[in-house]
Amino acid sequence: MFTLLQYPFIQNAFLAGSVVAVAAGLLGYFLVVRGLTFAGHALSNIGFAGAAGAVLAGVHPVYGLLAFTVGASLAISLLGKEIRQRDIAIGVVMTFSLGMGILFLSLYHGYAEQAYSILFGTILGISQADVLASAAFSLALIAILAVLARPLLFSSFDAEVAEARGVPVRLVGAAFLILTALAISMAVQVVGVLLIFALLVGPAATAIRLTARPVKAMALAVGLGLAYTWLGILLAANSTWPVSFFISMLSFGVYLPVRLLSRQGWTRELKAQPGTGLSQTQLVDQAEMIGLPEGKDKNPHG
Amino acid sequence: MTALIHNGPVIALEHVNVELGRVPVLNDVSLTIEEGEFIVIMGPNGAGKTTLLRLLLGLIRPSSGSIQVLGDPPRRGNPAIGYAPQHRNIEADLPLRARDLVGFGLDGHRWGIGLPDPKRRSKIDQALAEVDALDLAEAPVGQLSGGEQQRLLIAQALLTNPKLLLLDEPLANLDLAHQQEVVALIARICRAHCVTALLVSHDINPLLHVTDRVLFMARGRSAIGAPDEVITSHTLTQLYGSPVEVIQALGRFFVVGAEL
Repeated sequence: MFTLLQYPFIQNAFLAGSVVAVAAGLLGYFLVVRGLTFAGHALSNIGFAGAAGAVLAGVHPVYGLLAFTVGASLAISLLGKEIRQRDIAIGVVMTFSLGMGILFLSLYHGYAEQAYSILFGTILGISQADVLASAAFSLALIAILAVLARPLLFSSFDAEVAEARGVPVRLVGAAFLILTALAISMAVQVVGVLLIFALLVGPAATAIRLTARPVKAMALAVGLGLAYTWLGILLAANSTWPVSFFISMLSFGVYLPVRLLSRQGWTRELKAQPGTGLSQTQLVDQAEMIGLPEGKDKNPHG
Repeated sequence: MTALIHNGPVIALEHVNVELGRVPVLNDVSLTIEEGEFIVIMGPNGAGKTTLLRLLLGLIRPSSGSIQVLGDPPRRGNPAIGYAPQHRNIEADLPLRARDLVGFGLDGHRWGIGLPDPKRRSKIDQALAEVDALDLAEAPVGQLSGGEQQRLLIAQALLTNPKLLLLDEPLANLDLAHQQEVVALIARICRAHCVTALLVSHDINPLLHVTDRVLFMARGRSAIGAPDEVITSHTLTQLYGSPVEVIQALGRFFVVGAEL
């Protein structure tokens, strides 16, 4: 099995897959804690239209990917903070982009392989130049993310206090989404636009179920992403099935049992929280006014 | 350090008007608050209580009037102000430990990744101990009760050794026992560190024994003074513009005819 590692295309796949897994794992952690996983998924699908357009125009798909994902990430960061409205807007733009993508592909009279590789990745066909480009790109992404790390974490968990403490919350959020767009453009080579969740969100979503410590969760997400990628390449190289199938299968196959087994206590101890603080307060006020005793402890412990 | 010392009032507002999207929220508010005072801000929803806090934090600007906080105009990120916003329900599976949440107060706003540092750790431990939450340090925040979470937010706000503490409804969603616990905690810390506190609450009764003055806001206007000066039928009727009756009984205030 390990004699495979002598082949340059396998070596390239390992190197490219590794740099992508590291960047995707780190960014994925923030996507999950910021509640932006749908936006991450949409960005990659929007990137599909860009990639297809680039193929039609006769340039490398990555340019189209970059243009569309960065453009879309700027648009998303301008959308409001209300999650429902934001996700509807993202979904509408995403479907529109997919429509554009399929139009571009139907107008393109070349190999269908191109479309296939955008959708599902082409890690075994990656060139050494692409590996170097991915590595440089990934390093730059991680460096910028490191600079943003603490304010980004602070504003992800408590935007209001972060703003009061002088964090430029909106700017940090927008910068993060642009980084995500760049990482997605890179990750598409490995798993394709449709399976991006496997490396971007899967490892991080699993990691935060296993630890509540931010640094540990990020490290775990990176480790899982690397493991999925390496194992996926090895398994695919020994079979006729595609790499991206194995990566997405591993990502799902680990998430599922972790999700089912982890922190069972947490769901048991579901807290009987009042619907909104406001109505509760008013209820208490009224109860007091007419001399009723105040509500019982709304919380089972503490 | 001498720059932090000043002898004037901690907060001075002169004829402050605030409009949010052309809607007037504060209307000609003037007040001064002295060092070490414990002020409770009351009033119905939409009266401008949170707006006042955001004004002091430098997050919004007045359309007219002047504001001085600790001798300077308000500015964002002032470490001399500790702030705990209105408490939201934290998701039960939020992947964050109590220690991490409190640590944001120390260096969450700084660029770069924080390196492990024993001094940082001991500062966070100290803040946790101050709110009797050292034993909760490693617990995921979402698993804690409302009162415990509130104590952590106070610890977070205390980490920069602020001279002014702004607490937006720290007693909301707490039962009577936990309200008393949090009030005792805040009062103890403010006295020990000579911190001025502004605390928004819908109910004055659990705070009566620690309150120096009440700032009552309604319809963009305000009145400030000792509780039994401000929470009177006369003052509240004027503020609300409609008949309000205040009844004092058993050492408590009961307001009838107005939403608090």
